[in-house]
Amino acid sequence: MAAFEPVLLRPQELSLSEKLSLLNWPFVLLVVPAFGIIGYLVLYSAAGGAHEPWAWRHALRFALGYAVMLGVAFVDIRFWHRWAHVFYGLVIVLLLAVDIVGSINKGAQRWLAFGPFQLQPSELAKLALVLMLARFYHGLRLEDVGRPIHLIVPLALIGLPAALTVAQPDLGTGVLIVALGGGLMFLAGVRIWKFVLAGGLLAAAVPLVWTRLHDYQRERVLTFLDPERDPLGAGYHIIQSKIALGAGGLAGRGFLHGTQAQLDFLPEKQTDFAFTLLAEETGFVGAATVLTLCLMVAFVALRISLRATSDFGRLVAMGVGLNFSIHAVVNIAMVTGLVPVVGVPLPLISYGGTAMLTTLFGFGLMLSADIHRALRVPRHPGEL
Amino acid sequence: MEIESDRQRLLTRRALVVGGVQLALFGTLAARLWHLQVEEGARYAGLAEDNRVNLELTVPPRGRILDRRGRPLAVNAPTYRVRVIRERTPNLRRTLEDLARLIPISPHRLEEVERQAYARMPFVPVVVRDDLTWEEVARIAVQTPELPGIVLDSGLVRRYPHGPLLAHILGYVGPVSERELAAGSDALLQLPEFRIGKSGIEKAYDPVLRGRAGRSRVEVNAFGRRIRELHREEGQPGEDIELSLDLELQAWCFDRLASEKAAAAVVLDVRTGAVLAAVSVPAFDPQPFTNGIDPTTWKTLLENPLHPLVDKCIRGEYPPGSTFKMITALAALEANVVGPNYEVYCPGFVALGNTRFYCWKEGGHGTLSLVEAIAQSCDVYFYDLARRVGVDAIAAMAARFGLGARLGIDLPGEKPGNVPTREWKKRRFGSPWQKGETLVTGIGQGYVLATPLQLAVMTARLANGGRAVSPWLVRRARAEAMDPTGVAWPSIGVSEASLRSVLQGMWEVVNGRRGTARGARLDLPGVELAGKTGTSQVRRITRAERLTGAHKRTDIPWEERDHALFVCFAPFASPRYAVAVVVEHGGSGARAAAPIAKDIMTRTLEIDPSGRPLVERSGQVAG
Repeated sequence: MAAFEPVLLRPQELSLSEKLSLLNWPFVLLVVPAFGIIGYLVLYSAAGGAHEPWAWRHALRFALGYAVMLGVAFVDIRFWHRWAHVFYGLVIVLLLAVDIVGSINKGAQRWLAFGPFQLQPSELAKLALVLMLARFYHGLRLEDVGRPIHLIVPLALIGLPAALTVAQPDLGTGVLIVALGGGLMFLAGVRIWKFVLAGGLLAAAVPLVWTRLHDYQRERVLTFLDPERDPLGAGYHIIQSKIALGAGGLAGRGFLHGTQAQLDFLPEKQTDFAFTLLAEETGFVGAATVLTLCLMVAFVALRISLRATSDFGRLVAMGVGLNFSIHAVVNIAMVTGLVPVVGVPLPLISYGGTAMLTTLFGFGLMLSADIHRALRVPRHPGEL
Repeated sequence: MEIESDRQRLLTRRALVVGGVQLALFGTLAARLWHLQVEEGARYAGLAEDNRVNLELTVPPRGRILDRRGRPLAVNAPTYRVRVIRERTPNLRRTLEDLARLIPISPHRLEEVERQAYARMPFVPVVVRDDLTWEEVARIAVQTPELPGIVLDSGLVRRYPHGPLLAHILGYVGPVSERELAAGSDALLQLPEFRIGKSGIEKAYDPVLRGRAGRSRVEVNAFGRRIRELHREEGQPGEDIELSLDLELQAWCFDRLASEKAAAAVVLDVRTGAVLAAVSVPAFDPQPFTNGIDPTTWKTLLENPLHPLVDKCIRGEYPPGSTFKMITALAALEANVVGPNYEVYCPGFVALGNTRFYCWKEGGHGTLSLVEAIAQSCDVYFYDLARRVGVDAIAAMAARFGLGARLGIDLPGEKPGNVPTREWKKRRFGSPWQKGETLVTGIGQGYVLATPLQLAVMTARLANGGRAVSPWLVRRARAEAMDPTGVAWPSIGVSEASLRSVLQGMWEVVNGRRGTARGARLDLPGVELAGKTGTSQVRRITRAERLTGAHKRTDIPWEERDHALFVCFAPFASPRYAVAVVVEHGGSGARAAAPIAKDIMTRTLEIDPSGRPLVERSGQVAG
């Protein structure tokens, strides 16, 4: 029977034309550009109908990111597997650097400046975590997944970037990193009762965390619980966002005609509240279109994951898809008043360079896992 | 391989679970958006509209106040002012302090501005200072970038070009008080630059003068900046009001009284009741009140013992003294207790029980008829009439001549004066009426109090043949007032014969051989004045003073001197004008009040305000 095992017959190297034929063209040519175009239009409208200061730069970044995505997609999945821990280590160094610069400047800092570019290491951290955890679980046997030592290592891998991010301080992104890491552990097969236990412990820790939160963070949570308690202060954002969404109605108020956004009632309309602008001007129809596109990303990720033969490829694809979904869900839930206002952008639509690049980089990884789905990824580095 | 496929199945299962959770989450978001956008869309669209659209009110120009010939008495003048909008400055206090370095603003005013700014919506501009000079405007304009929230604009302010001359009549406008804000429903009250009538005509006719606010719906952005005007509804300017006053006569009377410490004079048209002049001195300048007077000036005015803020014409209550004797005489004649030829012997006093009631003339007047008694103002004669007719009949007659109750002039704060009755005393003091009090009432002393306006109205009702004219300032107010013959007013039902005797007495006062005010004879050919002097005590004269003659001395303290009064009308043959003059603590009515009244009457006859047709709405000045 073993003689017919197809695994042994799999080629271990792919030619460029093979890679091109294996690329998920509908995703690359339709879904991803759709996000880019929507993002461009939203930012054009956010500037009151102008390419400056956001739209054209957004387009530029998208073009760059798109190229990066394709480049990453064609790189062998084993390359990403081999260098995952180095990438992870680099990101941790960058996160440390942010914290150190922040403490020198005596203020909150979330980015590092490289000449004219600003880099948000916390965005990169999510990708690094996906790669790192995928690599970690890829090297484990199923029966080893449940061992205490193999529970502690991934928790540490998650906790380190999360803690460094919270220290910036950026609680929102820190929570997202933890959620993403937890999701990956779940995907890798960690037993459900352990998540229940962790959830219980978290709930018990809430009072402790509460006392350590910054005032503005507490304010955000309190405002979420009751936006009306400070209608002109912190609750203002949520109230104005809901008004804008509701005013959009079914078909929207028309491109460039959303009064909430155009008259500046809507805060942060180019970043965190970009979705609100879109939903005000294009209505439920436009909003549902974006939701559908997001769901398509999740679906593509799931499909790639199910088709991939290596655990690494499966986990990377699901991880990237999950990361994208978490951002989209939290951002939209925030602007619709379902969760507190946390600074989470809507991927590919909100203005922001690092988020754009990491999202497309992630798509590249996902596509790489798809192209190289038949390749066998060694359990341990060095093994072939 | 078995283990491998187990693992594959586990990962597949977990991936499907995570995929399912994602689907559920996006589904939840879709449901939420459906709820917000489609189910509640209309409500939120309304809220968005509320956000976007501000209703802005514009203050309509206040109606002017004109004199009877259309001369402006209160007008609106353009002014430059600086305002602050609270929500446009990050630090209101600092901005105001920066502004105070450019133009003089009192610390008191800064506090007031800050208080107002926080009492109103943050986007409502609050006036910091009015009446900027051109130089100040320029200084602020240059610094505008460093003064966030500071706005320069021009507006209208109320101007009283004649200053104190009409202060009591016109009153003044001022900023809306918290109480007025709470009491009124007009949205105009909310506007900080709106001025509301605080006293006088400005207060009484505020609804007419105020007009209706203009409304414009403007689109604003989140910072309250106007984007464009969506709809405009023009306001309605306040209506002009024409007064019965004659500016020229008013000014002349004011100058004539200016030398007195405290005095009041009223000129009435005896047929129409039109108030042609009403002067109260000292007066005050109403202009500083328009922006809210500062507390020290206010306190000084309030504590001045001469009460400059009080309109003595309608709020000064004085014992009418001998000017009241016509009322006593008419009460006795109309009750038929005496006839017109009734005579009394005056020995200089009347004894009632153990008390002596003196006549002003030591040694007495001898035997007098009614006409002679009025002419010489014999107290004993009127003690006798009063005792015969009784206090209640006197009071009833006084009421018919407009004494003891408010006349309903169209000014706020009119005082009723007082005419005592038995019942009134019982109610007021709980003690029965004394006979002696009837005597004192008969010569207008004791409990009797009257305002200068009431004295003028009393004189007018005597002069016009017993018609119940009521005084008025605003033409539109009374229909009766529009008939120049005066017959529209109801008769007060006093017989012509009785009136004739009394008027004859008043003629003798001025024109008779022994009249008390012979100096008041008019110098105009063919026009005769009739009147009555009054000298009313403000304190009881002790027997010792009477014996030593101390009460006649002129060096007693001002506050203890007698009030000097004179009422008169002219021309005697065909009465047209009545004048009442009260000089507080002026001494003798004949010496202090009668000359003033004579001069005022002379000037009134010269100007003859009622002889000229009133200005019609077309604005043409006749004559």
